[in-house]
Amino acid sequence: MAIGRTWSVSLLGLRGAVVEIEADISSNLPAFVLIGLPDAALGEAKDRVRSAAINSGCALPNRKITVNLSPAALPKHGSGFDLAIALAALAAAGSIRSESIDTVLHIGELGLDGRLRPIDGILPCVLAAFRAGFSTVMVATGNADEASLVPGVRIVPVASLRDAAIWHGGEFAPEPVDAILRPAPQELTADSGDLADVAGNVDAVEAMVVAAAGGHHVFLLGPPGAGKTMLASRLPGLLPDLDAEAALEVSSIRSLCGLPVGGSLTLRPPLESPHHTATAAALVGGGSGQIRPGAAARASHGVLFLDEAPEFSRTVLDALRQPLESGVISIHRANAVAHFPGRFQLVMAANPCPCGQYGARDSECTCPPNSRRKYVGRLSGPLLDRIDIQFRVQRITAAQLRLSAEGSHTSSAEARRRVVDARAVAAERLARTPWSVNSEVPGTWLRGPATRLGVSTTASIDRALERGGITMRGYDRVLRLAWTICDLDGATAPTEAHVGQALYLRRAISS
Amino acid sequence: MAAKDDLGTRGEAMAARYLELAGLSIVDRNWRCPQGEIDLVAQDGTELVFVEVKTRSSVAFGHPLEAITASKLARLRRLAAAWCEAHPGNHDRIRIDAVGIIVPAVGDVEVDHLERVF
Repeated sequence: MAIGRTWSVSLLGLRGAVVEIEADISSNLPAFVLIGLPDAALGEAKDRVRSAAINSGCALPNRKITVNLSPAALPKHGSGFDLAIALAALAAAGSIRSESIDTVLHIGELGLDGRLRPIDGILPCVLAAFRAGFSTVMVATGNADEASLVPGVRIVPVASLRDAAIWHGGEFAPEPVDAILRPAPQELTADSGDLADVAGNVDAVEAMVVAAAGGHHVFLLGPPGAGKTMLASRLPGLLPDLDAEAALEVSSIRSLCGLPVGGSLTLRPPLESPHHTATAAALVGGGSGQIRPGAAARASHGVLFLDEAPEFSRTVLDALRQPLESGVISIHRANAVAHFPGRFQLVMAANPCPCGQYGARDSECTCPPNSRRKYVGRLSGPLLDRIDIQFRVQRITAAQLRLSAEGSHTSSAEARRRVVDARAVAAERLARTPWSVNSEVPGTWLRGPATRLGVSTTASIDRALERGGITMRGYDRVLRLAWTICDLDGATAPTEAHVGQALYLRRAISS
Repeated sequence: MAAKDDLGTRGEAMAARYLELAGLSIVDRNWRCPQGEIDLVAQDGTELVFVEVKTRSSVAFGHPLEAITASKLARLRRLAAAWCEAHPGNHDRIRIDAVGIIVPAVGDVEVDHLERVF
């Protein structure tokens, strides 16, 4: 029977679907037909496969070869199917053993010389193969490092189509070739700096520690030169190491974006800081054919930093509302929906007005009130509503600088230890709930019987609520922050001082 | 005669012999009309077979069968209709075959016969 059958993976977002690849050889004039909804890059596979087969010395028969990618209705992208198509055709021709390729999943792009090229997104592909129950996956040598990050799967790295055919029982003499490797990964961007570099601004440093401990989103408001960017870029350094599942997800996204992953999982949370000219597609992901992740997905389990937030277009910022709410980025197209993880910590920085000087102690704002109002008004209410910490940063004075030079500074490592401890306390308290950090806990639970605070403790915010200083939602946010501050302090329940400090962290815009 | 035409003629002769050995009887050779030329017409039982023969001395420029393109086959179909018109009779079952022949300078000749290619 002239049919060969093997398997590969088609990615949609981070989720992969296993695709069956059948090749049939019929007695007809030589032709190569590829069916089953291939995109342009995949449609060209037939030319790559034929040339690669000839040049690696295991030519395909001069007959009509029909290759079907099934399920036929699922759109398929990219060049990762080349290896599977070539092997299915060779099995149909009887050059290699059909039973052998039927149990192995193949991912790799062929060069015209028959060598295998590494592809992007191998990590989520192998993960999908593993989840679908495949125990053996054949990949290009250049992808071997990344593919072996998935535990429980046997990875077979091959350098060329000929090597692959030999592995599957083809009777060819081995012919060693130079494997195509990825360019050596460049060193990851320079370290984001240590918290100890921040001079003065003790309150702001503490606010960042609270943000890290509770997973709270942050909005920093202040004049240029107050150190907003400096503070924000130090937040990832304060976050604890990623757990295994999160690390796999972060590396999968990197792999999908074509960024170097290397031979081990990154355990540090990522930092993404898109420029304010970014489009909605650049931020949350998009694309017409293949749906690609955006900056928000790359920042998942880490920090998404939007500097000069009011300069972003309003629609772009509002596109973040869905991931902020659900932790998942869903991108809808007529024929498919792609999901990406979107559980990032948002940090926005803004000047208080177009000239930036409003509210600064040492200079005068030149903006008319109307343009000032419009400027901060570009950040929509619903977006700001989801941000727990809204903090005003001030430029430091010469006296503060001199003082800070003498005093001791909190280093990132020190702060991270506090954050890890605080998170452990919170996790213990929330053990029997669906949440793990304070920022996820809804207000109703905080005001509920298990964790209700005494009237004397909440007196300050009760008063603020009565006077209309804060809304009910703001009240809940202050409670959450109070719990985080209490966890950092090692106390069992928030005190009046904790609540007061929490209220202070929400006073950026109203003051 | 150019070398390539010579090769073509030799190839057609080989194809005819090959088909006769396979039990077909040759009805016509190199039949020409204003639209073109049919290499071989043969009878296979009740079927009338129109054969396109392609001969090459090596596969350096691809297998001979690869040179039979869709437009060539379409012309062969029109030619088949023209042949039937020129030779009245009962032609209700016809088919189109292709024969690819490789005649290397040294070594054995390779013949590849494909039935029903159109």
